[in-house]
Amino acid sequence: MNARTGILGAGLLLIERDLRLAFRRPSQVFNPLVFFLVVTTLFPLSLSPLPSQLRDIAPGVLWVAALLSSLLALEALLKSDAEDGTLEQMVLSGQPVVVLVAAKTAAHWLVGGLPLVIISPVAAMSLGVTPAAMWVTAEGLLMGTLTLSFLGSVGAALTIGVRRSSVLLSLLVLPLAMPMLIFGARATDLAIAGEAASGPLYLLGALLVFTATLAPFAAAAAVRIGIE
Amino acid sequence: MLTAENVHLWRGDRHVLKGVGFSLSPGELLHVSGPNGTGKTTLLRVVCGLAQPEEGIVRWRGESITALGSSFFEDIGYIAHDAGLKGDLTARENLSFAARLRCVVTAAEIEAVLAALNVAECADIPARALSAGQRRRVALGRLLLSQAALWILDEPLTNLDTAGAALVLDLIARHVGTGGLALVAAHGELATRGGRTARLELA
Repeated sequence: MNARTGILGAGLLLIERDLRLAFRRPSQVFNPLVFFLVVTTLFPLSLSPLPSQLRDIAPGVLWVAALLSSLLALEALLKSDAEDGTLEQMVLSGQPVVVLVAAKTAAHWLVGGLPLVIISPVAAMSLGVTPAAMWVTAEGLLMGTLTLSFLGSVGAALTIGVRRSSVLLSLLVLPLAMPMLIFGARATDLAIAGEAASGPLYLLGALLVFTATLAPFAAAAAVRIGIE
Repeated sequence: MLTAENVHLWRGDRHVLKGVGFSLSPGELLHVSGPNGTGKTTLLRVVCGLAQPEEGIVRWRGESITALGSSFFEDIGYIAHDAGLKGDLTARENLSFAARLRCVVTAAEIEAVLAALNVAECADIPARALSAGQRRRVALGRLLLSQAALWILDEPLTNLDTAGAALVLDLIARHVGTGGLALVAAHGELATRGGRTARLELA
């Protein structure tokens, strides 16, 4: 009789599998990133390219674009596994569903959220954001995208059984993401004005802790209902 | 020991399972048969704990499976109608992930199972390129590596050639022969090879 796999081992195994799958389909990883860059460059083109005006709109543009591009990849988080029956098999493996969902969310963030954080300074630069504010934006997005992935996992789990669920998913997740958007954009705003941005950043951190602790449980409950 | 008592389940207005009950002891095979649409798959999903019946209870070793939760899942191996493989991963990767998610399995054990099921040659092809029969063989490999006491198989012989079907029946007979339990849904006859077989006819 072989020993059971521990929950940590199971989580890492699932992250490894999802990363492997993501690299077999690189377009799924790159499309949201390209979307993010294209949307942020549309604004200087459509509005006046005056640096002062761009700097005024930069916080909103960066955060809304990040939010929308994260939503693009969200539908794939659980749907493909639910469709081919592998999600069902994972639930039947006897590993806690919370761990499975949290691991899938982590893998989703590693291929969707983290690259966005890394290229965000490029987008910020094109909007004339100061180098100090670029760092604050990247820090904020680091927490913001992770928060979004956790929030999104609940939405994705609730819409497992819905065909063409992307619109419904956006309607579910966008209102919940508003606090994150407010504090994130405020942090970038303060940093551009040369003031201390630690206040909104702390609040972003608090939101991250809040969603990371509760969202996997909600998503796990939704998965159990969804696969029935 | 697996028992089901008076299981009722509705799908919308349709009364699919009308008071189904059975009992299955170690070393026994239960063949669930009946025409299409009589709820064979639904019954299997209820026994797996994937679907909740409106009425009735399923017990595993005397305890309700809803109370047992994930510790019940550790004891069962389920193969649905669809093989449940990830198309972008190879057969070997699929098998290795599914087996290692449950318990610690060495690469040699995985190779042995792939060879035993005659899919070693196509183990490095993405699962989406495999034939339906080959996919089913890989799914069976998952079952063999799962160390589950209770096998729940939905139409295990579909898409398999004669040799494949014989292999499945042999595997089931060996599992049941060593004190395992098997719940098999098949609409036709099941030419079982030894072991006690009971039959549950759904209508």
